[in-house]
Amino acid sequence: MTEKVLCTKGIYKEFPRKGPNAAPSATHYCPGCGHGILHKLIGEAMAELEIQDDTVMISPVGCAVFAYYYFDCGNIQVAHGRAPAVATGVSRATDKIVISYQGDGDLASIGLNETLQAANRGEKMAVFFINNTVYGMTGGQMAPTTLIGEKTMTSPDGRDPLTQGYPLHMCELINSLKAPVFIERVALSDPAHIRGARKAVRKALEIQKAGLGYAFVEVLSPCPTNLGKAAISSNDFINNEMAQEFPIQNFRDRSAEATPVPRAKSDFSKASLDTLFDLDSIPAHVPCDEANFKGSQVKISGFGGQGVLSLGVMLTQAAQAAGKKVSWYPSYGPEQRGGTSNCSVTISSEAIGSPVVYHPDLLVAMNRPSLEKFKNDVKPGGTIMYDAIMGEVEMPAGVRGIAVPAQELAVKAGSAKAANTIMFGVMLELGITHLPAEAFAKALAANFSKKPKLIPLNQEILEFARKWVRETVK
Amino acid sequence: MATKLVKGNTAVVIGALYAGSDCYFGYPITPASEVLHEASHLYPKLGRKFIQAESEEASINMVYGAASTGHRVFTASSGPGVSLMQEGVSYMAGAELPGVIVDIMRAGPGLGNIGPEQGDYSQVVHGGGHGNYHALVLAPNCVQEMCDFTRLAFDLAFKWRSPVYVLADGVLGQMIEQLEFPEEAIEPKVNDDWAVKGTKETRKNLVTSIFLNFEQLEAFNNRLQEKYARIEAEECRWNEEATADADIVLVAYGISSRIAKTAMDTARKEGLKVGLFRPHTLFPFPKAALNKLADRPVSFISVEMSNGQMADDIRLAISCRRPVELVSRLGGNLITLDQVMDKIHSIAGNRG
Repeated sequence: MTEKVLCTKGIYKEFPRKGPNAAPSATHYCPGCGHGILHKLIGEAMAELEIQDDTVMISPVGCAVFAYYYFDCGNIQVAHGRAPAVATGVSRATDKIVISYQGDGDLASIGLNETLQAANRGEKMAVFFINNTVYGMTGGQMAPTTLIGEKTMTSPDGRDPLTQGYPLHMCELINSLKAPVFIERVALSDPAHIRGARKAVRKALEIQKAGLGYAFVEVLSPCPTNLGKAAISSNDFINNEMAQEFPIQNFRDRSAEATPVPRAKSDFSKASLDTLFDLDSIPAHVPCDEANFKGSQVKISGFGGQGVLSLGVMLTQAAQAAGKKVSWYPSYGPEQRGGTSNCSVTISSEAIGSPVVYHPDLLVAMNRPSLEKFKNDVKPGGTIMYDAIMGEVEMPAGVRGIAVPAQELAVKAGSAKAANTIMFGVMLELGITHLPAEAFAKALAANFSKKPKLIPLNQEILEFARKWVRETVK
Repeated sequence: MATKLVKGNTAVVIGALYAGSDCYFGYPITPASEVLHEASHLYPKLGRKFIQAESEEASINMVYGAASTGHRVFTASSGPGVSLMQEGVSYMAGAELPGVIVDIMRAGPGLGNIGPEQGDYSQVVHGGGHGNYHALVLAPNCVQEMCDFTRLAFDLAFKWRSPVYVLADGVLGQMIEQLEFPEEAIEPKVNDDWAVKGTKETRKNLVTSIFLNFEQLEAFNNRLQEKYARIEAEECRWNEEATADADIVLVAYGISSRIAKTAMDTARKEGLKVGLFRPHTLFPFPKAALNKLADRPVSFISVEMSNGQMADDIRLAISCRRPVELVSRLGGNLITLDQVMDKIHSIAGNRG
């Protein structure tokens, strides 16, 4: 009698995992385990579809942690539960075929979020989910799929739904999502079921080869070791008990109508980058009176919504237009939304140290709380511009106070929202920042570049403010 | 030479794009969210890949996946999110995967607040995840460096096949300064030696961090330590100002180094011999250069927005040969110039 050697396709010929003393094709799985069967089905399908070169297999944490010893394709081993996220990264980067192979603890417990989110995004991946109702590698603990009343290491009296909840139905959960293309539950309990599993595995990989999207195959699988059963009674357990809780059926097959999910090609050219950032249209610097230029530190503060931060940005843009070094630092986060907000602007000919202004040369205070908060920080010889609406204000010694009816002037000039532009114009006319008028004009243009209609209006408001200074401020 | 006004968080994305990064995976968190916003806006315009992940755990594992294929990938977050990523960073170190993580630090512990702090120093510089690993850590202190160090981070990540952090804070992320755009755009070439790309050439490759055999894992760990020793020998980056005659040396990184620089200038104007030592890399920490300064009778002041996390590294670097004082603010507060000056005056007064 001649010995007949059956060689599985898509799987390495030898598995060194068990070391030199074991049979070269002995797997690390226990006798009667379903993983070997599923490995074989996936390997065959990969080989028959001729996708081994194009496929990346993600090995999970669990009994299949060593899947890469078997599958003859690219292999990546990952953290517990994170396979769908890793598979997402692989798929988006390469647009190649990705398989995520996971057990019930990995997929339905620690990795439930990653599982559902990848499915919901319709990631291009085939997910093969071994459901054997128990943690295998760690020694038989209760899984999310453990049946009611089933005894495990951590449900020694049987799973009690009052304290341990009910079995999670992954196919059904995923079937509530719109994006998946294919969802099926199969079993490995007998040859007839294995034939069904083979078809589903092949379908899931055909969908990957065609780039159609997400495919999920749940595989009811025997674990004689951890269920404390013989091989045959393990299979009976699947057919008689598991199948009651987890119906073996196809939930969805949209492979006929699905179209390939397109993925863009990355453009790395410098020309495209420079165009994206509009680098060709950077204006030349406005000449500045260098001899008389002095750097300045400005603090601008007021209620969120008064244009405090954008006034700071405009000043920053004016400094940039004049070719000066400049930094802008805002209060950020919830402070921007409703409370008082402030920003620091430092303008200098030299490199700027701290971007936070503690002792400003100029404080612009749009409301009283911020005036009170910062007025005593202003440098001797410095200036405070504040909205005249605040009424009588006592200035610190040696500090010049200028009450600007900013809100009122803005309304008169044509826009109630433009109190900050009024302050900008006053700042220019007073010459506090030593920046040329043209730089202020450029700043306005830059600031409103996305709403060009507002540029002429704001130029008028700026001039209106300058005129007010010339006529009013001594 | 093209210069524009750019926010720090935006500069990070610009650096990554010019460095040839084609995948960004991230999750919202203040004060790092603008990195996510800009990536969502800019990456798809160049056909590059962007995903708002379901969590920081997912983002770092997406990074793990794309890095496994040899692509240039990055993510950004802040303290609480970086804590969640530590598992993934450990796996990346274990699988020797290149990837860039940007941490725009906020105040902790716990939810803390969104103000700037440097309290992630220990979790980022000294590991954070499980196992005997390091990630390289770059510490920018201006918007220009937010871009330039991010570019450098990609080069180092691939040079050493290691995760690399860019460690910044809320101020650097939120501030606007001039950015001189990169003169060069990298068109990455993916290496077939180790990456798993779903191609014939890379079919035999395997990315993994598991070594079941104790001796093998020990040998791998030893090889990692040798790599870290080479990194310490080759990649230390720092700059010094006015340290040659200094009696007092301020040591500071990131935004604190800007405040320290202003303090140094102020002190010098007062005739006090104050210098500045600014590490650009926190791992490797420029120990030898610091230790050399300790040959002279100097006093060190660690200026950090954390509870002396870096001060401890300074003490180790100089074998506790000189006093190391701490100037710090916590809770989202910035160190003030006055605070640093007070410490300088008190030390200078004592030295009398």
